[in-house]
Amino acid sequence: MNAAEFAYLADLLKRRAGFHLAPTKTQLAKSRLAPVARRYGFRKTDELFAELRDAPEDLARAVTDAMMINESSFFRDKSCFDHFRGVVLPSLLSARATSRRLRIWCAAASTGQEPYSLAMILDEAKIAKDWRIDLIASDISGFAISRAIEGRYSQYEVQRGLPAQTLVRYFAQDGDQWRISERIRRMVSFRTFNLLDSYGWLGEVDVIYCRNAFLYFEPLAKRACLKAFSQVLADDGYLALGASETLEGASTAFAPDDASVRGVYRKIRRTARPIALAS
Amino acid sequence: MKHCLVVDESRVIRKVVCHLLAEMKFYAEEAEESASALTACRAQMPDVVLVNLGNPGGIELVRALRRTKSEKQPVIIGTMTEHDVDHISEALSAGANEYVLKPFDRDTLKEKFVETGLM
Ligand SMILES: C[S@@+](CC[C@H](N)C(=O)[O-])C[C@H]1O[C@@H](n2cnc3c(N)ncnc32)[C@H](O)[C@@H]1O
Repeated sequence: MNAAEFAYLADLLKRRAGFHLAPTKTQLAKSRLAPVARRYGFRKTDELFAELRDAPEDLARAVTDAMMINESSFFRDKSCFDHFRGVVLPSLLSARATSRRLRIWCAAASTGQEPYSLAMILDEAKIAKDWRIDLIASDISGFAISRAIEGRYSQYEVQRGLPAQTLVRYFAQDGDQWRISERIRRMVSFRTFNLLDSYGWLGEVDVIYCRNAFLYFEPLAKRACLKAFSQVLADDGYLALGASETLEGASTAFAPDDASVRGVYRKIRRTARPIALAS
Repeated sequence: MKHCLVVDESRVIRKVVCHLLAEMKFYAEEAEESASALTACRAQMPDVVLVNLGNPGGIELVRALRRTKSEKQPVIIGTMTEHDVDHISEALSAGANEYVLKPFDRDTLKEKFVETGLM
């Protein structure tokens, strides 16, 4: 892969996913794209790079998908989920007691551990049957979403972050894999969605989880997404980012919910300008 | 300093785990089999006991510890080589708080300790 080809790949990822590909990542790109090259009938990965400029939509999407970092785990950054269970959920259940409707969106759901962690918390909360709860999970990566829908995890994936009781309660063993129970799986609706696209399908949500995706974003893309988040999030809603992510320089619409919990924010309420009454 | 007892037949495993524990600033003791582990616990109850559930008498040790009257109940973490739902359930109903698959590294052990409130 020559410099121009690398630059083209970096530009493609930036345009399509807001992804920042550091110049040091040539080896990573090669190893990630080798299976894609094979799948599309290239004899060598280098041939894929050489022809990327003329890639049809389908191939460009596969390349973007393969470059995403899908690393996730159940109850990752435990304190964020403890806060959801102990603060976010009770506060929204009381704020929405009349509409009895709650909408939660995992915006970079990867292989499903994050939405399923939330689903298990919701299940344990024993919320009355007459509530309508939408748990929407999306990710740009079709591969990750299809794994999420399958809901099968290796023993190493379930050992990370899942308390033994929870594992036994919500998973069934299937050979050397573990499968999330059908009840939990059906609480989540999955789709592929690129955060840089239009949010028209979504509607207003009460909670946004978008954790550990902005880490790899171009600053402008991050800013645009956060602006869109502030528009789809209810005024009293919550935003959860990864524990090491900040809003600095990217958004002024949110403030930390609790100084002791990293990554959880609420919208800053703009006080309405008083309307001058005509006398 | 928290006190951990490592119960495993394998000397190598005991050494490796005790080393991990020392790095995590735990005071680590070891026992080769269940009877001596139980004696040690009766003399001084550790904060956490890591029991190889594959050892003969591993599960019985968990039960015996839960029957032992002492000021504090230790956290019990079962270690196992085979990830099997029946084994895990059996360990939990015997009184274990968590399990960890062998071989494990420091991060995994740490996670289980955080999970059970030890760290
Ligand atoms: C490291 S994973 C984080 C998964 C999960 N949120 C967690 O914290 O464990 C980051 C995810 O962000 C997704 N992602 C990256 N860019 C995206 C974009 N533009 N739109 C939607 N998802 C994106 C990736 O596909 C990947 O699955």
